Amino acid sequence: MPSGAAILPNPSVFGRVRAAFVALALATTLTGCGAINRVPTLEEQAKSSWSEVQNQYQRRADLIPNLVETVKGYAQQEKDVLVGVTEARAKATSVKVDAGTVNDPQKFKEFQDAQNQLSGALGRLLVSVERYPDLKSNQNFLALQSQLEGTENRIAVARRDYIGAVQAYNTEVRTIPGRWIAAWFYPEAKPMETFTATPNSERPPSVKF
Amino acid sequence: MAHLADRDVRAVLLGLVLILQATWGAGPASAADPTFPALGGRVVDAAGLLGAEDRAGLAAKLKAHEDKTSDQVVVATVPDLQGLTVEDYANRLFRHWALGQKKTNNGVLLLVAPKDRKVRIEVGYGLEGALTDALSKVIITTAITPRFKVGDYAGGLNAGVDAILSILSGDAETWQRKAEIRRDEADPRQVILFIVIFLVILFLAYRMNRGGRGGGFVVLPGPSSGGWSGGVSGGFGDGGFSGGGGSSGGGGASGDW
Repeated sequence: MPSGAAILPNPSVFGRVRAAFVALALATTLTGCGAINRVPTLEEQAKSSWSEVQNQYQRRADLIPNLVETVKGYAQQEKDVLVGVTEARAKATSVKVDAGTVNDPQKFKEFQDAQNQLSGALGRLLVSVERYPDLKSNQNFLALQSQLEGTENRIAVARRDYIGAVQAYNTEVRTIPGRWIAAWFYPEAKPMETFTATPNSERPPSVKF
Repeated sequence: MAHLADRDVRAVLLGLVLILQATWGAGPASAADPTFPALGGRVVDAAGLLGAEDRAGLAAKLKAHEDKTSDQVVVATVPDLQGLTVEDYANRLFRHWALGQKKTNNGVLLLVAPKDRKVRIEVGYGLEGALTDALSKVIITTAITPRFKVGDYAGGLNAGVDAILSILSGDAETWQRKAEIRRDEADPRQVILFIVIFLVILFLAYRMNRGGRGGGFVVLPGPSSGGWSGGVSGGFGDGGFSGGGGSSGGGGASGDW
């Protein structure tokens, strides 16, 4: 723009101001559409879904000692199964989990495997108690069993919510314009890990009365 | 200046693309939800298990409880679970209907699937402490399924609803007290606030009318009836019935017969 340069005092300043205006207009447009806030909003939703998943797994872990004690009183022959549950619980609770777990495939897999193993051990325990009618009619056991079933169901719901939240978030940070927005404004926003369905953990152990 | 204009055009195009993406990308297609019956009232008998009298009787009981406590308890029978487990179906249906008030999540869904011979009590987040999993299970095994086994659906549902309501009422009295305390505290200030807002609006409307712009002024919303109405009024009027926006995280229990 030779003619423009002759008239204007400093073309580079002019260009920069104009670029700033364009950027401002773009940012306003994006904010207006809510696009600029969608990455952190979805991230927060996914994180809170993750803490709900953790809560429910913790709740299950808290129920187990009581359950093991109750079953022990009636079914000492099932020692192997009880030991299996106790060990699987110890392993599951020893896995260190924090907010960063969701960004680390290795740690996430460790968490998921430990919990799946505990699900399997619990399933075996609930099948083995079928042979003990006294235990099955024990009020304490019935209460514990319904709590355990409820917790397994809450885990299933929390996992489903988490999978949905992560899917929305990952889609946002991997597709345009969310991808650009994340790169410009939220460089720390990384895609999150999600659960892979396993036949063991998708269905809570079902027990007939 | 030709290439400058070019850049302008490109910037505008980019902006347009972003806007389109932002608006179109906003609604991700939800993963194939099953089709649910409409929430026509507090008793949704899509499987046709109940007579008109039983339906009305149950609905009256549930309405009386809701008027007292704002807990939304809904009975639903469905012809089939569409391939889902009863737990999964109940949770999705609960969230679809958004039972319970938005802030307190105090909804309960009693779901019956006669074809699959399954029954479930799905409890909203806010009532998990009162209507626990263990209590829900006891209700199902003692009040509901024995009657279902002999084909007495109305009797089973009535007994189940009675049990649910009596458990919720144990907790509801304290709720009622809390609500009254809050009402006493909030009333005078809120009334004054409403009056001030009302007067301001009236004043503005008056000035607008005087300014020769009359006619564009439609209806003034009066101060809301109760003063304190928080999450209690939800989304249901006298005639229709709809969920108040509550949610459930899978609390409750299931059983079969």
